[in-house]
Amino acid sequence: MDLYEYQARDLFESHGVPVLRGLTATTPDEAAAAATELGTPVVVVKAQVKTGGRGKAGGVKVAKGAEDAKAKAEEILGLDIKGHVVKKVMIAEGADIAEEYYFSVLLDRAERRYLAMCSVEGGMDIETLAEERPEALAKIPVDPNTGIDQAKADEIVAAAGFAEADRAKIAAVIIKLWEVYRDEDATLVEVNPLVKTGAGDIVALDGKVSLDENASFRHEAHEALIDHTAADPLEARATEKGLNYVKLDGSVGIIGNGAGLVMSTLDVVAYAGEEFPGAPKPANFLDIGGGASAEVMANGLDVILGDAQVKSVFVNVFGGITACDAVANGIVQAFALLSEQGKAVTQPLVVRLDGNNAEEGRRILTEANLPLLEQVDTMDGAARRVAELAASN
Amino acid sequence: MAIFLNSDSKVIVQGMTGSEGMKHTQRMLTSGTHVVGGVNPRKAGTSVDFTAADGSSVSIPVYGTVAEAIAATGADVSVIFVPAAFTKAAAVEAIEAEIPLAVVITEGVPVKDSAEFYALSVGSKTRLIGPNCPGLISPGQSNAGIIPADITTAGRVGLVSKSGTLTYQMMYELRDFGFSTAVGIGGDPIIGTTHIDCLEAFQNDPDTDAIVMIGEIGGDAEERAAAYIAENVTKPVVGYVAGFTAPEGKTMGHAGAIVSGSSGTAAAKKEALEAAGVKVGKTPSETAQLMREIMQGLQA
Repeated sequence: MDLYEYQARDLFESHGVPVLRGLTATTPDEAAAAATELGTPVVVVKAQVKTGGRGKAGGVKVAKGAEDAKAKAEEILGLDIKGHVVKKVMIAEGADIAEEYYFSVLLDRAERRYLAMCSVEGGMDIETLAEERPEALAKIPVDPNTGIDQAKADEIVAAAGFAEADRAKIAAVIIKLWEVYRDEDATLVEVNPLVKTGAGDIVALDGKVSLDENASFRHEAHEALIDHTAADPLEARATEKGLNYVKLDGSVGIIGNGAGLVMSTLDVVAYAGEEFPGAPKPANFLDIGGGASAEVMANGLDVILGDAQVKSVFVNVFGGITACDAVANGIVQAFALLSEQGKAVTQPLVVRLDGNNAEEGRRILTEANLPLLEQVDTMDGAARRVAELAASN
Repeated sequence: MAIFLNSDSKVIVQGMTGSEGMKHTQRMLTSGTHVVGGVNPRKAGTSVDFTAADGSSVSIPVYGTVAEAIAATGADVSVIFVPAAFTKAAAVEAIEAEIPLAVVITEGVPVKDSAEFYALSVGSKTRLIGPNCPGLISPGQSNAGIIPADITTAGRVGLVSKSGTLTYQMMYELRDFGFSTAVGIGGDPIIGTTHIDCLEAFQNDPDTDAIVMIGEIGGDAEERAAAYIAENVTKPVVGYVAGFTAPEGKTMGHAGAIVSGSSGTAAAKKEALEAAGVKVGKTPSETAQLMREIMQGLQA
């Protein structure tokens, strides 16, 4: 889960990382009130979106006083930044910036440990810096079991090339940022820029934090950080029902068991779609897991058929531990459950059952003679048929 | 022979007495695995009755610790079924007891925990597989995890995959040729055993003639595997990569299956594998067909 800047700021503050005061606003009037409350002659109005390049897109503006903050907020709210519409701004104290630095600590998948990155040249896009001047970016491996202690922080600030006089202060902030990473189960903590003010203080001016959703069981507070308003309505409904669903743009609804098989199903449907007019594409990712119970199947069908773009549905199940006869019975019962709820299956369904007891599963579905349901025995063949149905429906 | 797991393997189950542990311990026994014990400190000294592969009743003892289980049974494999919140402690215990192979089935393990127990396993006596994986099977010999044993046969193809169901799909499609070992390495950002570890083991395994490698979006494990294959693998390799249509920034089921920016895309992985001489199928069935042709060629 990626956090908004203001959430990262609050998290930093709660761990003792030096930050500037900042307040959020969802209307220009609230922005004016926030500027008044901060009371500094200069404030910065910053779009709260989970994407980079805000500054260039006009999402960060300096304002002098409450009226100006209101005007700037008016310009920024509603702005579309790379497909993210700005619904909230943060009004932050203006900073007296003497120097800008960069620091991050993140999960290094390739090396299966953590990586700290630090540079005396902050403010700019770090990928550009890494590409154009790699020598200016210190990359220091961090052992997950020892983390960033004083010695490691000293190593990082020395490698980044900070002036001797600044090192101790910056190392202290880096240790605090590590504590955010460790104690909050983050996979990324990035500060860009980390600044030195005219008075010589070190302040985290802008923060990016990603939290590990697998760790939410030990962080009750993380629940409040989830932005429910940002989720697609279908995704929100699926989440409510405990389904692993991702909305996509196409017209072929997809249900399958196992993340890899579903991902593969999306690809196979997209290939097959190329043969047909309008090139139908997958409408969603939905993994119903190994069990494929009637209830989960019914919930899955319900969410998918609630997507107005869906013209046909592909149920692609490999029977392993749960054999195909059980899956077939689950589908039959799902149809019954849906009709009990007054919901009919409104789009054609193509089912492919393969694996354990495939023949028995297919026989159950044939005998049940469910409306709008047809079976194709192979994954590639079923993908072709479901794409054809989407193209002609 | 096979890799990592064979008919001599003695398996213990951490979390055997839980519902998943009970269910899969029975399945492992049915498929002929030598399950020699369970571990649960609260039930140490008791035993649990299961049905052996031949239909007779078998009583599996429960030990308080992995170390006690090893001392009593000579176990060399542990399969871990404990819930995510306790997985790190279980894995650490297995590593500290120096079990040669620890297979972590549990899904939803915080990546910080995985990073910590993986770091502990580096340089230890333990090979770690998983977490969030279906385990591994050497058909006809032993089955450590949750892979359905009855969808395939013993043979000479080696399989390594990030995805569980795609593993099963491929095992089923190639059941006429059969497998030496199939390893589900898991789809988390940090896993103990990688594609490269399995490729190396299959290359050195006299009972494996050819290798299927299944990858998916996220990370750069497939690209690294491609470089490894180009340098070190002389046996034929066929590949498949899932996730061409996955949009950037959306996690596709597995915690590690996410494209960020230009890194981790399926197209880049396919390209890297093909550059290393690996034939890459467009669909799982086409991939199976590529392997079928290779095996037929080898047998001719």
